[in-house]
Amino acid sequence: MALKTWRELPIGCVVSEPGSASEYHTGSWRSQRPIWDNKKCIKCGICYVFCPEGCVQQTEDGFFVANMDYCKGCGICAHECWPRAIAMIEEG
Amino acid sequence: MNIVENFDLFAPRLINKKELLSSGHRACSGCAEVLAVRLMAKALGDNTVIASATGCMEIVSSMFPTTAWEVPWIHVAFENAASVASGIEAGLKALRKKGKIDDRYVKVVGMGGDGATMDIGFQALSGAMERGHDMIYVCFDNEAYMNTGIQRSSGTPMGASTTTAPAGKVSSGQKTWKKNMPEIMVAHAIPYVATVCPSYPLDFIRKMEKAKSIKGPSYIHCFSVCPTGWRCPSQMAVSMGRLAIETGVFPLYEVENGHYRLSPDMPKKLKPIKDYFKGQGRFRHLSAEEIDKIQEKVTVEFNKLKEKEKFLKIGN
Amino acid sequence: MGKRIGMEVAVAVAEAVGLCNIDMAAVYPITPQSHIAEHLSDLVADGKIDAEFVTVESEHSAMSAVIGSSGAGARSYTATSSQGLMYMHELLPIASAMRLPITMAIANRAVSGPLNILNDHSDIMPQRDSGWISIFVENGQESIDMSIIAFKIAEHKDVMLPVNINIDGFQLTHMVEPFEMPTQEEVNKFLPPFVPHATLHPAKPVTMGAFAMSDYFTEIMKAKDEALKNSKKVILEVWDEWAKLFGRSYKPVETYKADDAEVLMLTMGSMGETAQMAIDELRAKGIKAGLVKLRLWRPFPFEEIKAAIKNAKKLIVTDRANSFGGPGGPVFSEIKSALYAEVQRPLIYNYIYGLGGRDVPVGDFTGMFEKVLADTANKQADTYEFWGVRE
Repeated sequence: MALKTWRELPIGCVVSEPGSASEYHTGSWRSQRPIWDNKKCIKCGICYVFCPEGCVQQTEDGFFVANMDYCKGCGICAHECWPRAIAMIEEG
Repeated sequence: MNIVENFDLFAPRLINKKELLSSGHRACSGCAEVLAVRLMAKALGDNTVIASATGCMEIVSSMFPTTAWEVPWIHVAFENAASVASGIEAGLKALRKKGKIDDRYVKVVGMGGDGATMDIGFQALSGAMERGHDMIYVCFDNEAYMNTGIQRSSGTPMGASTTTAPAGKVSSGQKTWKKNMPEIMVAHAIPYVATVCPSYPLDFIRKMEKAKSIKGPSYIHCFSVCPTGWRCPSQMAVSMGRLAIETGVFPLYEVENGHYRLSPDMPKKLKPIKDYFKGQGRFRHLSAEEIDKIQEKVTVEFNKLKEKEKFLKIGN
Repeated sequence: MGKRIGMEVAVAVAEAVGLCNIDMAAVYPITPQSHIAEHLSDLVADGKIDAEFVTVESEHSAMSAVIGSSGAGARSYTATSSQGLMYMHELLPIASAMRLPITMAIANRAVSGPLNILNDHSDIMPQRDSGWISIFVENGQESIDMSIIAFKIAEHKDVMLPVNINIDGFQLTHMVEPFEMPTQEEVNKFLPPFVPHATLHPAKPVTMGAFAMSDYFTEIMKAKDEALKNSKKVILEVWDEWAKLFGRSYKPVETYKADDAEVLMLTMGSMGETAQMAIDELRAKGIKAGLVKLRLWRPFPFEEIKAAIKNAKKLIVTDRANSFGGPGGPVFSEIKSALYAEVQRPLIYNYIYGLGGRDVPVGDFTGMFEKVLADTANKQADTYEFWGVRE
């Protein structure tokens, strides 16, 4: 993304595109990733609730997946999942 | 297993699906504070304007020319989020009265960390609360100046090692008791004060919604685990918050017009604080005697709170 | 035409602001600004102004609150002085960087220490680089005129910058003067509604005050500099419009008997009127003395100031503040810098005077001229001294 010149800056540097931080993909920070075992998943959604990135989403069939563009691999979802349906595996 | 005991939620059905803080924010991996901010935004919904203090949450969410915010948001300086919020509230009120903006009800929220709230922004917050603005102030308390590198604040608990109150040969870290900010807010005689922790999301959201429904000032004190500053593994951020509540280190309660209610999430019998301390590097240097001294204080404070609830119960 | 009335200047300033359909004022009391605060709250209490009046707990919060309300799209006003202005200092460049058209009256007063409640310019001078439009007024009429004009300048779509109006504390704020107060109809005709460039409202969510790193910071500073410089065009237009409507003309630099003057004096604020009497006395003695009054401090009117002083042999710059351990008074160093590249320029003398409310009678001004004229070898040129200091 080309950086703006001073003439192109909005007045007062107001940012008028809500949620535009999503252009930045924090997934590159990750050293481990969550893997869901849908056989164990009870679709409670605790992984969705506790994700600091807000990147865990429910699919049409009710199971959950993390958007790997943003998942930083913190492991909260795996640690909080009481049916132990999520495992963290090393990236590599 | 406590997680099951607490697990009375099938969450997605109960929580606003809309994310008002987008992914792509730059908070540390496992940041429970940004989780709390995310839940706050969900609870408050679209018709919210936020004034944020300088700090981690400000930096990670507003990297120019982008923003993670989906609601109107402003950052001005470190110590003045409450006064900026009070100005927005007054401005919107005047504009609404004069018919210059649509007449929807907009909740104005000030937010800051423990340093921004309990130290440098203390006066601004006290003023805004005393003046009775229709606003919520949320303190995201991670118990030190994390954004500048884990320096002690008046929110840092006794014994915690920080970069300006480090444990050393002749020091055991923080030498003072944590400032009781919620009680100071109660002393402002505002309609609503509550303590929350994102480890208890339903309690968190209920209290946030309660604050939103109140016409007048309310104060929410949010216990926000910082894995980076507390030196605990990132996956422990939510469970560590739970331990703070279960040990009584940070009791969950609310005060409505001076009347108290302990959260139903509070256990009947508290766990020993060593269960909470042992997982955190900031407390690792503490001796058994030092932990005992802190345990005694936590027990006394919790009993005081129970006494207040007994004599000033909500509904009485 | 407006009514001719006699009134204390501070009260009249509040009356004038009351004509401007403000939405919000946040004010913290400080001497000698407090009469503005008190009278504004009277006007709100009597329902004469339909505005929120926020009695903040500090000047820091006063500026914070008007930043918030201006960000929300409300026409916002505050007033302060001295320590209060110093306490706001941190926020002033933030208000201008956010391009929030706040207007603020400053009842100029000396800055501590030691504590002193009387007039000089040591409060505004440290705010010089805050990115605000900064105007100095000379008398009561100008105080009320600028109080109204400031909103129009600040909120102009090509400006969108905060404005401060400097009114000498006590020496001006507490004087009872006769003046013409514009009518509500006249102000309504002159001052259009405030159309903000962005607002904090869920109808269109925006982020204000985002965090910028080195990749953008330079561009943001450049944009701010250009915005302030470009505001001069609008300032001149608005002053011309005011002159057409009300018959009172304002220029960035005013002169008095300066055209053929060999020795000029430069003043800012209320001292201009006394200095003018000194000029008359000197002229009566056959001395070619003249006066230059600097009204617009930021954006600095380089062209006008050069044009006003280039033909003089000597120029006395009077300063009501000092830059300690530096080049002398802040106005002095500014004027020197403005003239540096000029081939033809006067010798410049600097007198720092009227500090902490010290009285400056006509004789002091004539004394300054006499001293400069006596310096035939030009030995004291380019130096500064504390006028009237006890040695």
